[in-house]
Amino acid sequence: MIKMTINGQEIQAQSGQTILEAALQNGIEIPHLCHEQRLEPVGACRMCQVVLGEGDYKPVLACSTKIADGLTVFTESEELTSRRRAVLELLLSEHKVACTTCDADGGCKLQDYAYRYGADEFLFGSYQPKGKPSPNFTSENRGIEHDSEKCIRCSRCVRYCREVQGVSALTFDGRGMEMKVNTAHGRDLHVSDCELCGGCIRVCPTGAMREKGAKGLGRNKDLVKTRTTCTYCGVGCQLELNADPKANKVVRVTTEPGMGLNDGNLCVKGHFAYDFIGSRERLTKPLIRTNGTFREATWEEAINLSAKRLREIRDKYGPRSIAFLSSCRCSNEENYLMQKLARTAGGTNNIDQCATTCHAPTIAGLTSAFGSGAMTNSVAEIKDCKVLFIIGSNPTEAHPIIGLEMKKAMKRGAKLIVCDPRKTWMARRADIHIQHRPGSDNMLINALMNYIVEKKLYNEKFVKERCEDFDDLCKNLKPYSIEKAAKYCGISAKDMKEAARLYSQGEPSAIFYTLGITEHSCGTDNVKNLANLSMLCGQIGKWASGVNPLRGQNNVQGGCDMCAMPHVLPGYQKLSDPKVREKFEKAWGVALPTNEGGRVTHFIEWAGSRKLRGFYVMGEDPVMSEPNQHKVIKYLKQLDFLVCQEIFMSETAKLADVILPGACYAEKDGTFTASERRVQRIRKSVNPPGIARPDWQVLCDMGTAMGYPMKYSHAGGVFDEMASLNPSYAGMDYERIDENGLQWPCPSKDHCGTVFLHEGNFSRGKGLFQPIVFQPQKEEPDKEYPLILSTGRTLYHYNVGNMTRKSGISNQKQKECFVEINSATAAKCGISNESRVKVITRRGSIPAVARVSDRVRADSIWMPFHFVEAPANILTNDVFDPVTATAEYKCCAARLEKGPRP
Amino acid sequence: MAGLNKEIKKLRKARDKAKKEMPKRAVRICATGCRALGALDIYEAFKKELKRAGLQKEIALIKTGCQGFCSGAPLVSIDPDNILYVGVKGEDVREIVNATLSEGKTIDRLCHQSNGKPTAKVSDIPFFSSQKRLILAKCGFIDPTRLDDALAHGAYEMLEKVLTSMDPEAVIDQIKRSGLRGRGGAGFSTGLKWGYARSAKGDEKYLICNADEGDPGAFMDRALLEGDPHLVLEGMLIAAYAIGASRGYIYVRAEYPIAIEHLKLAIEQAAQYRLLGKNILGTDLNFDVKIKQGAGAFVCGEETALIASIEGERGQPRPRPPFPAQSGLWGRPTNINNVETLANVPAILKIGADEYAKLGTAKSKGTKIFALAGKVKNTGLIEVPMGITLRELVEDIGGGIPNGKRFKAAQMGGPSGGCVPAQFLDRSVDYESVKELGAIMGSGGLIIFDETLCMVDIARYFMEFCAKESCGKCPPCRIGTTRMLDILERICGGKGEEEDIPKLEKLALEVKKNSLCGLGQTAPNPVLSTLHYFRDEYIEHIATKQGSGNTGCRSCKKKLSPVLKIRK
Repeated sequence: MIKMTINGQEIQAQSGQTILEAALQNGIEIPHLCHEQRLEPVGACRMCQVVLGEGDYKPVLACSTKIADGLTVFTESEELTSRRRAVLELLLSEHKVACTTCDADGGCKLQDYAYRYGADEFLFGSYQPKGKPSPNFTSENRGIEHDSEKCIRCSRCVRYCREVQGVSALTFDGRGMEMKVNTAHGRDLHVSDCELCGGCIRVCPTGAMREKGAKGLGRNKDLVKTRTTCTYCGVGCQLELNADPKANKVVRVTTEPGMGLNDGNLCVKGHFAYDFIGSRERLTKPLIRTNGTFREATWEEAINLSAKRLREIRDKYGPRSIAFLSSCRCSNEENYLMQKLARTAGGTNNIDQCATTCHAPTIAGLTSAFGSGAMTNSVAEIKDCKVLFIIGSNPTEAHPIIGLEMKKAMKRGAKLIVCDPRKTWMARRADIHIQHRPGSDNMLINALMNYIVEKKLYNEKFVKERCEDFDDLCKNLKPYSIEKAAKYCGISAKDMKEAARLYSQGEPSAIFYTLGITEHSCGTDNVKNLANLSMLCGQIGKWASGVNPLRGQNNVQGGCDMCAMPHVLPGYQKLSDPKVREKFEKAWGVALPTNEGGRVTHFIEWAGSRKLRGFYVMGEDPVMSEPNQHKVIKYLKQLDFLVCQEIFMSETAKLADVILPGACYAEKDGTFTASERRVQRIRKSVNPPGIARPDWQVLCDMGTAMGYPMKYSHAGGVFDEMASLNPSYAGMDYERIDENGLQWPCPSKDHCGTVFLHEGNFSRGKGLFQPIVFQPQKEEPDKEYPLILSTGRTLYHYNVGNMTRKSGISNQKQKECFVEINSATAAKCGISNESRVKVITRRGSIPAVARVSDRVRADSIWMPFHFVEAPANILTNDVFDPVTATAEYKCCAARLEKGPRP
Repeated sequence: MAGLNKEIKKLRKARDKAKKEMPKRAVRICATGCRALGALDIYEAFKKELKRAGLQKEIALIKTGCQGFCSGAPLVSIDPDNILYVGVKGEDVREIVNATLSEGKTIDRLCHQSNGKPTAKVSDIPFFSSQKRLILAKCGFIDPTRLDDALAHGAYEMLEKVLTSMDPEAVIDQIKRSGLRGRGGAGFSTGLKWGYARSAKGDEKYLICNADEGDPGAFMDRALLEGDPHLVLEGMLIAAYAIGASRGYIYVRAEYPIAIEHLKLAIEQAAQYRLLGKNILGTDLNFDVKIKQGAGAFVCGEETALIASIEGERGQPRPRPPFPAQSGLWGRPTNINNVETLANVPAILKIGADEYAKLGTAKSKGTKIFALAGKVKNTGLIEVPMGITLRELVEDIGGGIPNGKRFKAAQMGGPSGGCVPAQFLDRSVDYESVKELGAIMGSGGLIIFDETLCMVDIARYFMEFCAKESCGKCPPCRIGTTRMLDILERICGGKGEEEDIPKLEKLALEVKKNSLCGLGQTAPNPVLSTLHYFRDEYIEHIATKQGSGNTGCRSCKKKLSPVLKIRK
């Protein structure tokens, strides 16, 4: 701590800080235009000049002068005012002072300071704007607009693009008065390297970088900001919805540096894909199918009909004949209520949610090894990792903000090991890229562990003191030599050895994985083996060291924690445990059902065999998300009754008997739990369209109509009830999580949450080594289908595309389905880049545009599953992990054909 | 120590051999600066004529760097007779060979005319006799493309001495005691700077030679690099030893192709003699030098912008602190010296710090090289002791103002400098005095104006230069220089208003105070100094609404200096 005075006020600050940082932290404003707390100081704007000591000293720059003990700083004086005014008058002399029509009005630093220091905007003759802004690199894209006549050349956008995003799409062009922000060769933004994160807009101190879509829809000062949590991936970014209350419209999304674990950073989806909120395609009224077509209905009618039909079916065919599918897109409260509804009013354990599709193996695998199944570390720790072991994960696209933290770690010298069949952004920059064959993860991991054991690179002390069944593990590893694995996986033995050495010796190392690990028929085994690897090297239970599944959906962690799952009750409490049953039966006032519930994949199969007849789907689109789409549609059509609660007419909703219009995240209160176990608020910003209602209210009405009355005055009431039953959340309430959320486990009101798990002890006591025998993929490539098809996510779209496909900017960047093909494969098949192809598997065929590169291996192809007109899940194989029934989305046999001309 | 002996023995042997083979008689042709005026043709003509006369073995023909007397270009000097011929053409060569070389007769027609009399001997020409050529001693004399020629004239003797008999601290002490100050313009003590770099913590340190000579009309560094590259390399090696740097860069502007060519050659040759690379001369000193070509931005002469440019960034300055000595190139301790500063180092060690310190004034020691240009009879590259008067520079060396015109002002320090008017002709030229007069010593650009020149137009010219060369990073410089230029163009165009003068003055002071780097901080100097000494001319322009158009000062009938016109 350093003690110093600013303007006579004694303050304390951390050593290493600059004067400006120390002042701002202590609430003392020093004017600045080019400084931004996430960026390196550049000393360009000259506004932060301050004087050290009393007397006629030459001013210094607060942004680049470090503090020292006993420093005396004065931030205002006549001389400083005159200097600042001079700078401002010069800036105004080339600025299009058009505050009356500027969206930034009220949020413009130039305007603020000009006012504060009485700058004369006409000193050098008022600036004559050139009329219409001249065309530039932003003219063609739909998201970002740059007006160089409002630009003060502070370079914040250029530096943000480079220092934070690591993209460097923006640069300066020319010098002196000719200097302008531009892209390389002036290419249009959306075809440049730009990832359209919009950070340039956020850091712009004036109105020079703006949201195109928000133009004229409200000046900064007119809009009401509501802080909430992003609705896309599971990182849990904090943002502000800026709404025009009169128009009931979300106009733009903003952030502030320091806000949330994302520190004010967002990706293209969080920043721009909010158009779906006010989309005309939103469902606004309940719909009931009559004679094959939908008609509008009242809530009463729709709910009563649904409740009646579900009840009838259950009464007639028993508790296994109806099922409830909850959604991780919805809040914790809603997931809690959905599983409560299923188990009380529904009387069935047929309750599941979309984690089955993605990270269920994580919960199963990590729980069996450690005792709890979640990211063991926090996002803030990533930058301190010295070795990042990333496997089956493409963070810069699927979890872009976690990707930024990894970039930070790389900047600080961390070594990067990427195991991925594709050359992702991270893979290209990795110290070691192991481009192994899809589906060969356990062969690889076993061989790495075998080498680590053989070379005595493992942490003997950790293994001895904190783990059990080490001998079983070692016995199992014997057959997995590096050479054998290198051959099978198609990779270099040297790279494997180096990776084993790096990871085991890192101080510290951390594992990050995503669906490349879980979406296999051996997904749970894959997860268990990563747990083995981490324990073997003692790389867990420490700051910046552990096993970190990056969760895919905004609330998939919460959806799991709420246990909208067949075998567990909120907080992963076992349904089979009598004590647990007693607790819940007492709280809910009913006897809990005893049937063995199924997973969503079972529901589909059972619908096909007519075991399942009534199905309540909330916020999910299994037609798009489950494998083998043709089969899914066929089976769902056989249901006696299907009710869908949705915000859009999804592919599944099209098959429904009743559709209930829900409110999206911007229209309701609640909580999401982020990947790092952080429970954060979502808050209502605008009213739902038409008579659509928040899902938690609909669920309460449904319960009541089914004979189990549920009533809460506010979402917070649901949360409190849930917290009282879920020990990990017991210490939380809306007041406590209001500002920054809390990370579970948080067992009591005086507990401040848990940053990383398994310190000192694993949740289950000792860490359990579980020997894993390598199992190949279920459908091996053959002569007819010689390629391995994997599916996945891109940066610009989200899952089934229900929301992002309605976003102008995402859709402009990526408007159609594509398939990544290795150039060797393409040459063999006579396929050229950008040509039309058909991707064919035993289950169907879809059209796509060929992207020929070296991104995928010659034996594999890859495609996204966001496109309803080319749904990749027509192709995927409906074979499942035996533990969690998660489908093998990452491996099936496929072939390519030259496609029809468009 | 065995290695040391071996390498040094090898070098000494080479030097002795070169000395022995030194020609008794030689024709020296300036093949760098004079190349534009046909020096290479003259060289070819000599080659032919000497052969024809059968003198090719007896008389060496040497292509040298700049011999200094640029107004007499192309130059040919003949040794040991100490004869200098000026304005030589290809057709004169046969006569020179026949008359001078064969018969020992001088050709009056080709001699410089001092005071109306043809003067053949260099030592009799006032342009040379008033100089003190300490740093330029070999420049214009040796063949810069041959290491052996440089060795024969003492190159790397001081490096040898330093490596064999001095520790780094002693070297820094010598430089401190010599009083050497940065010749790039700022005039900071070189010894102190080296001391900071030496004591900075870091596993790797960098030494950068700043050869981004950007002032219009300045060519001192260029001449040194073209004419005596080994001198600069030797200075760098000694500096590297003193501060503990293992890597060096020479940041040279790409517009200096001959300098780059000669430097590349010199680096290759030095490496062959283990004067660069690992274990230099068999000692623990490791030092590599890379050439980084600048792309022509004036601002890249500024230390931090130069560093950014080497790093591959836009050439834009960075705030200080941190100073390059703590965190410079790639974030490592970095010492940057100008070409001329480094070229002083071997000279200081050769004559001794105390002897060196006897040259010059109390605070400005040694000699200074100037590029004398503009309205003087003799223009060229000169080296004089600090403390010489402006009058000596203009009248003795420069030979006075041509065409019977009167001296009006001397522009010192280029776009960052100022104009010194006639009343200060007898002031001493040293860092402090020049600064007092509102100009700066700068890197050594010295442009003489006669009475016909319009001072407002001069200010406008320099402001146009600065506005164009502003990197654009900070608003005071980026916008301020352009706003000043607007006002100056208005005045020159006959559209000035009375309030323009106070506005210009205030703006100039704000730009000076608020700018990030030296470029902006000094860009207003030409305006301020002309406003100070020649305010009447501004008032007159505005009062009489003189001028038309906005590109020049056409109607005030005064013309731009020819040098400035060329650079424009």
